[in-house]
Amino acid sequence: MSDNKVLDVTEGAYDWVDDRVPASNFLKRNLNKVFPEHWSFMLGEIALYSFIVLLLTGTFLTLFFKPVMTEIVYHGSYLPLNGVRMSEAFASTLDISFDVRGGLLMRQIHHWAALFFVGAISVHLLRVFFTGAFRKPREMNWLIGVGLLTLGLLEGFAGYSLPDDLLSGTGLRIADGIVLSIPVVGTYAQFLIFGGQFPGDIFISRLYTVHILLVPGIILALITAHLMMVWYQKHTQFPGAGRTNDNVVGYPLFPIYTAKAGGFFFVVFGVCTLLSALVQINPIWMYGPYVPDQLTAGSQPDWYIGWLEGALRMTPNIETDLFGHTISWNILLPALVLPGIIFTLMALYPWIERWATPGDNGPHNLLDRPRNAPTRTAIGVMSLTFYILLWIEGGNDIIASKFDISVNAMTWFMRVACIVLPPIAFITTKRICFGLQRRDRDKLLHGYESGVIKRLPSGEYYEQHQPISYEERALLSARDDKEPYVLPVATDANGVRQKGLAHKRVRAKLSGWFYGDSVPKPTPAEIAEAGHHEEELTAARQADIESTRAKVLAPSPSDET
Amino acid sequence: MSDHEHDDDFSALPHHEPRMSDIDPRAAKRAERQVALLFTGAMLCGIAFIVAFAAVPVEKLVWVPLIGDTQLSNLLLGLFMGLGFFLVGGGAIHWAKKLMPEQEVISERHDTGAPAEARQATFKELERGVNESGVRRRPLILATLVGALALMSVAPLVLIADLGPKPGTKLRYTMWRKGMRILVAETGQPIRPQDLLVGSLVSGVPDGIDAVLEAEGNLNELAKAPVILVRMDPTDIKAQQGTDWDFQGILCFSKICTHVGCPISLYEQQTHHLLCPCHQSTFDLADGGQVIFGPAARELPQLAITVDTDGYLVAQGDFAQPVGPSFWERG
Repeated sequence: MSDNKVLDVTEGAYDWVDDRVPASNFLKRNLNKVFPEHWSFMLGEIALYSFIVLLLTGTFLTLFFKPVMTEIVYHGSYLPLNGVRMSEAFASTLDISFDVRGGLLMRQIHHWAALFFVGAISVHLLRVFFTGAFRKPREMNWLIGVGLLTLGLLEGFAGYSLPDDLLSGTGLRIADGIVLSIPVVGTYAQFLIFGGQFPGDIFISRLYTVHILLVPGIILALITAHLMMVWYQKHTQFPGAGRTNDNVVGYPLFPIYTAKAGGFFFVVFGVCTLLSALVQINPIWMYGPYVPDQLTAGSQPDWYIGWLEGALRMTPNIETDLFGHTISWNILLPALVLPGIIFTLMALYPWIERWATPGDNGPHNLLDRPRNAPTRTAIGVMSLTFYILLWIEGGNDIIASKFDISVNAMTWFMRVACIVLPPIAFITTKRICFGLQRRDRDKLLHGYESGVIKRLPSGEYYEQHQPISYEERALLSARDDKEPYVLPVATDANGVRQKGLAHKRVRAKLSGWFYGDSVPKPTPAEIAEAGHHEEELTAARQADIESTRAKVLAPSPSDET
Repeated sequence: MSDHEHDDDFSALPHHEPRMSDIDPRAAKRAERQVALLFTGAMLCGIAFIVAFAAVPVEKLVWVPLIGDTQLSNLLLGLFMGLGFFLVGGGAIHWAKKLMPEQEVISERHDTGAPAEARQATFKELERGVNESGVRRRPLILATLVGALALMSVAPLVLIADLGPKPGTKLRYTMWRKGMRILVAETGQPIRPQDLLVGSLVSGVPDGIDAVLEAEGNLNELAKAPVILVRMDPTDIKAQQGTDWDFQGILCFSKICTHVGCPISLYEQQTHHLLCPCHQSTFDLADGGQVIFGPAARELPQLAITVDTDGYLVAQGDFAQPVGPSFWERG
C-alpha cells in the first residue's frame, strides 16, 4: 500500500488492530492535532512526567519495602545502627539504601520526583490562575487540578512517613496531635486511624495501602480525566498575531509534539536521576529509627508542608473550654480550618470571578496577560504573599539561628506580616498592572520611545517615537475589556421595587471592584486621532526645518546691496 | 510589515525566518549528526550503566569534592542513567527543533458543548426511559429504592468502627505509679538526687517501661510516660503544680509537648526555659511549667517525685492531668 518501508513492515500488525478496533478513525483525526507552544505550558507536563517517574520507581521500592511496625534488632550492613531496635519498615528502608544495588538511587529518584511533582502542580496552578485559563469551558479541569494538588500533598506526606524514621515519625506525631484537636470526634478518630493510641503497631501498614494503592489510583484517574479534557477542549493559547479565540496555532502532535513532549519526559526523568546521583535526599540512616521520646532540633517537613507548619507555629495559643470539653483553636485553626478555607476558595474561584463578570457567557480560549486582569492578578499575588510568609515561618527556628535573631521576635513579626503584607501586595500589584496597561496603551497610540533625541532649528528638543512591530501590536491589541456590572434601576416603570436587589447590589459592588479603574485599550478612533496628531507634529517640525532653511539660505538684506 | 502598519487585521501569523538547517543542506546534515551523536551517547550510557551495576559493589564508598563520601554505586548508576535519559530527551528535542517543520499551523476550534438538537434528543431519550420504567406512575418503587440505596450505602460504614478500640480513658493516664523509680533514658539506670547537679537536665522513663513496651508490642507508653528531670536552686522555684512535688530543687515534668506531642528537651539553664524544637512553644520550668511563648496552650504536666528507701528518685504517683496534646474529652 505504501512505498515507505517502515509502514510496510508494520502494516500487517496495524491492520490486525484496525480490524478489531477502529484505530484509524482516532488517529486520522488526531495525528495532526495542533498544540500551541509556550514555556509555561510545560509546567503541567513536568507534573505528569514526574508522576510517571513516581509510578516506576515506586513500584521498584514496593518489591523490597516491608510496611510492618514489628520491632526487630538491626544487623545489616549499615554498621552505625548495628544492634539498634527499629521497626521492620525502617530496617527494610536501610536495606534498600545499603544492600540493594540501585536501591538508594530509586529511593532518591522517588523522593526528588515527589518534590518536583507537587512543585510543578503548584506552579502550573499559578500559571493557569494568572492567565485566566480556568474560565469557561475549563472550570471542571480547574476543579480536578485543585483535587490533584490536595491529593499530591497527602500522597507526599504519606510517602515520606512510611520509612518510620525519627523525622517522619515526628511528622506523624504532629498529624496525630492535629487529629486529636478535631472537636467531638477527634479522640475516636485517633483511635480508629492508629488502631489505638499513638503510634500503635499498625499505622505504617495502613498508610502503605493509602500511599501505594488508594491515593495514586485516584490521582491516576483524575490525571486521565484532566488530560482527556485538555485533549477534547484543545489547549488555550496566548494572544498574538494569527491567534484568535476560535483557532489554535502551534505544532502538530505527530511528529513535532511527539518528539518534543516525549523528549521532555526523558529530560525530566534524567534530571531527577542526576540529582539523585549527586544530591543526597532524606538520609533516614542519619535520623535513626522513630522513638517517640527523641527528636533532633531543626526538624523540617518536605517543602510543600512548610506553609502548614508555619501556620501551626505562628497561631497564638488559644484554647477554650466548652462545658468541660476542650477546643484547641491553636491547632484547629491553622491545621484544619485554614487549609479548608484556602482550598474551598481556590476551588470556587472560577465561579466567584464569573459572578463578578455578568454577561460573560462565551468560551475563553485566549489567555489573559496578567496585567489585563489587574484584580485577579492582585488576588493571586496577595495569596502568594500570604503563602510564602507562612512558608518562611515554617522555618522560623532555622532562620532565627542562622541570622542570630530571636525566634520570638521572628514569630511576632510574621504574625503581623501575615495580616499586613498581603493587602499591600494586593494594592501594589493592581497599581503595577494599571501602569503596565497605560504603557501598552501608549505604545499602541504613539509607538515606542526610540531613545533618539532630536533638536529642531528653533531649539525645541523631542524624542522620536517609532511604530511598534506588527507582532507586538497584535499582542497589545488582544484585550478582552470588560465593563463592570451596572446596578439596574431600583424601581421599574410602575414604581414597583425590583426583587433581589440586595443580591444585585453586592454583585455590582464586586464587579465594580473587579473591573473598575482599568485603563481601556485605545479605540480605532483614538489610534487614528493619535496618528493624525503625530502627522501634524511631524508637519510642524518639518515646517520649522523648512522655514529655518529658507531663512539661512535666503540672501541677507546686507548682501543685497 | 508595512502592509500591516495601520490596520486592525491581525490574522496573519508572525513573520517567519527560515533556520540555517532549512536553507543550508550542510547545516541540516550537521544537525542530523548532532542528533545521532546524542542518541549514541545515550547508548553508551546504557552500556556503562549495566557495567557499573555488575562491577561496583554496593558498599563501596568514594570521596567526591563538594559531596563528600558517597556510595560509588549510587553515583555511577545515577550518572549513567540520568545522563542516558537526558541524552535521549535532548536528542529528540534537538531533532524536532532543527529538522522538523518549524512553520506553525492554524487549526480551527469546534464548540466544546453539544449542539442544542443533540441536547433535546437526549432529553427525549431520557424522558422515554423514565416513562418506560414507570417510576412516575409507581412512586412507591422510587421511594423504596432511594431508601434502600441510602441505607445500604451507609450500613457498611459501621465496619470502620472496628479499625481501633474505643478510647476510654487511655489518654488520661500513663504507667507512672507511686514509688516507681525514674530511670535515666540513655543508661536505663535509676538516679539519686546527688547525681544531678544544679542546672542539669536528664531525660527519664519509668522503671519497667521495657517490659510494658514488650508486652504491648508497640511504643505507645514511650509516647506518654517520658519525663525530664531538672535541678535548680530551690529559691529559684517560683511555683509548682503541687506543694512539695519537687525533691530538694529537683523537678520532674512530662517530656511530651502539650501542643501536638513532640518530645521537648532544649533547656536554657539560666532562665529555666524549655523550648519545643517542633513549634517553639516555650515553658518556664521554674514557674510551674507555664507556657511563656508559642502555640502550646497548657503548662507541661508536672510529676510529683520523692526518694525511696534506697535513696533513688521515684514518682509519688501518676501525673495529675493528662500529658501530651489536648483532646476533646480532656476538659
